Order: sequence, then structure tokens, then C-alpha cells
Amino acid sequence: MVRDMQKQKTKTRTPSPGKINIESYKAKVKSWGYLENLQKLGSGQKENMLSAGIDPSQKGRSGTYLQMDHSVVHSKSLYPGLEVMSISQALKKHEWLNNYFWKVISIEADDFTKQAQRQPHQGYFLRALPGVKTVYPLQACLFINENNIIQNVHNIIIAEEGSDLEVITGCAAAGDVRRGLHIGISEFYVKKGAKLTFTMIHNWAEDVAVRPRTATLVEEGGAFLSNYICLKPVKTLQMCPKAELVGGGALARYNSILFASSGTHLDVGSRVILKAEASRAEVISRAVSAGGHIIARGHLIGEAKGIKAHLECRGLMLAEKGLIDAIPELEGNVKGVEMSHEAAVGKIARDEIEYLMARGLSQDEAQAAIVRGFLDTSIMGLPEVLQKEVDKAVATYPVGEGL
Amino acid sequence: MNGVNIRKPADKMLRIENLTVEISGREVLTDINLEIKNGQRMALLGPNGSGKTSLLMAIMGFSNYKIIRGNIIFKGKRINDLSVDERVRLGLGIMFQRPPTIRGVKTRQMIDLIKRDGFDTDQEAGELNLRAFLDRDINLGFSGGEIKRSELLQLLAGSPELSFFDEPESGVDLENIILVGRIMNRILNKHKDNAGLIITHTGYILDYVKADSGCVIVGGRLHCVGDPMTILETVKKHGYEWCVICKSKKPKQEPPLRVK
Repeated sequence: MVRDMQKQKTKTRTPSPGKINIESYKAKVKSWGYLENLQKLGSGQKENMLSAGIDPSQKGRSGTYLQMDHSVVHSKSLYPGLEVMSISQALKKHEWLNNYFWKVISIEADDFTKQAQRQPHQGYFLRALPGVKTVYPLQACLFINENNIIQNVHNIIIAEEGSDLEVITGCAAAGDVRRGLHIGISEFYVKKGAKLTFTMIHNWAEDVAVRPRTATLVEEGGAFLSNYICLKPVKTLQMCPKAELVGGGALARYNSILFASSGTHLDVGSRVILKAEASRAEVISRAVSAGGHIIARGHLIGEAKGIKAHLECRGLMLAEKGLIDAIPELEGNVKGVEMSHEAAVGKIARDEIEYLMARGLSQDEAQAAIVRGFLDTSIMGLPEVLQKEVDKAVATYPVGEGL
Repeated sequence: MNGVNIRKPADKMLRIENLTVEISGREVLTDINLEIKNGQRMALLGPNGSGKTSLLMAIMGFSNYKIIRGNIIFKGKRINDLSVDERVRLGLGIMFQRPPTIRGVKTRQMIDLIKRDGFDTDQEAGELNLRAFLDRDINLGFSGGEIKRSELLQLLAGSPELSFFDEPESGVDLENIILVGRIMNRILNKHKDNAGLIITHTGYILDYVKADSGCVIVGGRLHCVGDPMTILETVKKHGYEWCVICKSKKPKQEPPLRVK
């Protein structure tokens, strides 16, 4: 089934992954000791982290935050001018941080935000001091190590004025984890003239439910570039990160690459509110269903003169079953906005497969090449080190599934 | 060239027997009989929509082209039931007239996947003035001439024994026809047994790639196999209708053609 719809200012259909019963997950969990050397992690754990872009060797990284279940296992900056710590530690250290805590996300937003406030289990604090430009990204990993648990984290990233910060966050589960619930509150602040490149790779397990709640405030001349990759099975994931562009010339760009095999339900959107003059936004998503259900949303709200915003959503159906809903929404509230969208959902064209076969590729190879091409991440304009991580994640996507 | 290519002596590279082909229930080729010998270069002529491309696509094994009866025998092996890639691995190759665009797949990636040992992608792309295209999506936004050259680069990388060229000169300016001809010759001359079937409307390409025989398809039927230049001249003078008349009547009347 294929649907491509465009709705204006109407509430979109709610997804149907089944209601999540927060109480059914274990809140009391084993704690894990601090690890000075990440190489001491188990080989299975390391492998799962690697596939979410987290490198325990820290090669080419400016620092690492690693949380396992509810315990902070590692937290250290390797680069002057960068702060890496747990949120509880940061709130103790910086009194002013309260001005950033629950500021762009409301506690009352839904059951999951309420839960995260009621029962917090750490989370990371990452900050680039004014003018600091990182060569290598910081990495943060939220890992579920025990089956059937709930993990409620609260993260804050601040890119101070004129700084340039890159962050890779990988969320993963241990190999024997089947079920779990991850709630992630993330509040990001991109100050005047700063740039934050935030790349998130999800590598959960088949019966894990995921509810990230993310919002970003971008000031004058600031840029927020968000890349999201989810190629591995997960039971249900629903998020719609929001960016508010409050300073002139601010920029937000969201790229999402989604792959849903049978049994996976992804409801992923991005919302940008362009409140300041000449601010710009771009939302690009690529969704592939190999039997799973994907809702790819995009919502752009233009509230100031001279803004430019574009939304692009492409979906590819590989299996007879499955569903892709592309739901682009544009709202222009003042004169002089320039907003556009394009959406297309289809299947792989037979002539494309046979063209590649006529060069000697087998049908499977041809199909894989086309799907990988469809998921081409060069559209993201990532820094090289991030591009490599993303390419690795895409290269391991489950080609055979649902085909 | 490194070493001697040891091959089973089979002087007939391709034999097509009574080939009848349908596209969505419509017959597009009827009882085609054709032979291409080792080392032979044959021009395939015929008006628009006569079935020339269909013949190449059917031999390649494209799924839209359904074989109703007849045999395709390549290097002594019946290939009717082989998939496209299996045929290519046996030694077939094609330069498409209008290939699809493959988004996200770079030309270089493609060539790296298919190239034979020792193929220097950058150098060969340079010779075809395609270096800047290697890192672009296959055929995305390519001009007519660029598509032809990119097709030839891919064919060169795969190095087939029997190459099909579907209108190699269409949309190509005069200067580039020389280049196209040169690369076609390199593909065909790579091994003395390599053979080619060249679809041409105008015959211009035959000034640069010498064909030793020609055949004519009109209305899905093969009408003539003979000297390509004689056929071309006759068609220029009398049109393709003559080929139909010529076949149905005694071949002795004007113009003189060797008819099988």
C-alpha cells in the first residue's frame, strides 16, 4: 500500500504501534561501574556500539559519554574547550544550567516527558565554549544492557557563540536485549553564529520502544544540522524533533534515513518554526520499507519575512506488504515566505535493476546498489569522519529482508 | 594483452533460430534467423519501430521481451532461460540507446563493480572526457553524447566478447563520433574473436567502425543479410519498402542484393 498525502494544518492520523505501558518496564536496574578505559567493554557491546557510530577506541573523537542502562560508565572530554559530563554532574557544576533544563520542551507535553521528569536516569551534557571549533566529533552513547528495562535520559547540548561542535550519538542495545523502553529528552541550544552538527544513529532491538523528545533553539546566524539514521529493526519509534529559528539568518537542516523491515514501526518527522527574518530550513528524508510501516512527516512553519524552507520526502517500497506515509505540511503565516515540498513514494523500477544486471550484477546486487543509492548520504553534506560512520551504517543495512 | 586466451573453437558466436518475441502480448519479432560469427561486425538496419532494439533486448534477456518460440544460442549454449547477468557473464554486453538514471549510484562505483583486472578507471574516463562524470549519479543530467560515452566506458570496463551497440551515433556531434568509433573499435579489437552488432539509422558510424555485413529488419522480420554499404545505398535510394519487396520477389531484379 502506498500513500502520499499532503495535509494543511490538520492533525495527522495517529500511528498504531499499540499503546506503550510504561509500568510494564523495569525501573530498578543493576548499576555498572565507571570504566576509565572503554576498551575493557565486552566485545559484543563494543560491536553494537560501533554499529551505532560509537568507537570505544575513541580514535578520531574529541571525547565520549557512555551510559549503560542508568549508570554513567564513562564521561570525558579529550579536547580543551569542550565539556562532557552527565546531566546530574553538570547541573551541580553549573547553576545557570537550570535556565536550559526543561526550557524548550515542556514537562507536560505527553506521558513520556512526564515520565522522564518523574524518574530521571541521567543523560549527557555536552558543551562547546565560545569560539571553540572541534576537529573531531564528540560521541555519546546511550546503551541498554539489560532486558526489559526503562531508560529515561535528559540530554543538553550547548554550542556557545561562534563555536563549531560535532556530535555523534549512538543508541544501541546489547545483543541479548529484546525488550525495553528508551525515553530521551534532548534540549539543544545553538548560540549566535555557532554551528552544531548532530548525527544520531539508532541500533535498537526488535521489541524496543523508543520515544525521543527533542527541541533545538537556534540563535542569529546559527546553524543546526541534524542527521538521523535508523536502519535496524525496532518495535516502535516515534519522534518529531523541533527546531525554533529565533535569530536572523538561522539555519536548520534535518536529514533522515529510515529503513523498516517487517514488524518495525517508525513515525519520524521534523518540525521547523522559522520565527526570524531570512532564516532557512530544509527537511529531507529517505524512507525504505521492506515490509515495515514508516510515517515520514515534515512540518515547516514560516512566521517571518524572507524565510526559505524546503521539504523533500522520498519513499521506496521493496515488499508487497508494508506502508509508507509521506506527510509533508507547509504553513506560511506572513507575506514573503518561500516554502516548497516534494514527496514521492514508489518501488524500484524493473528497468533500473535490469540495466545494472546488463553490466553483470546479479539481481540481488543490483537491487542492493539501487537501495543504497536511494539512501545515498552524500546529500547530507556531512564532515568526512561522520560520513564514514553513516556509510558504515548504511552498508550493513539488511538487504535481504522482505525482498 | 597478457597471455593467450584459450577458447573452445566455435566459429559461430551467436545463432538465432526462428526467434519470435512478444511485448505484453504483442508480437514484435517474428521468426528471426541470424548468425554472427567470431570476429564478425554486423550492422543492423531498419526503420523506426521495426524491432531492432527489441532484438538486442531479447538476446540480452530483458524481462519485458517474452520469447514465444525459437532459440538463442551463444557460444554453443542455449541461453533462452538465463538471466540477464548470466548472459553478461558468458560474454554479452550492450551499449544502451536510452539508459535509465540510477540515483545515488555513482558511475565510478558501477565501473568498480564490473571492471576487469587492470582496467584503469580514471585513465579510461579521461580518454572519453568523462572524468568529471565518474562521481556523478549514473546518467543523471547527462547529455545525449555524455550518455553514449558513459555507456561505452562501462562496456569497455566489462570487455564483452559480443557487443551490441544501439545507435551509437545518435545525438553525438561529428567530433565525438570519431571518439565513439575509436572506443567501439577498441572493444571489438580487444580479442580477434570479439564480435559486434551495431544498430544504425544513418550509417555514419560505419565510416569509423567497419562492418563486414549488414542485415535489415522491417516489421519485426529479418529481410536481408548482405553487404552493409550496398544495403545502405539501396535504402537511401529506394527506402526500406524495397527490402520487403526485394525479399518477397525474386532477388535477381534491381537493385542487386545478396539475399539469404
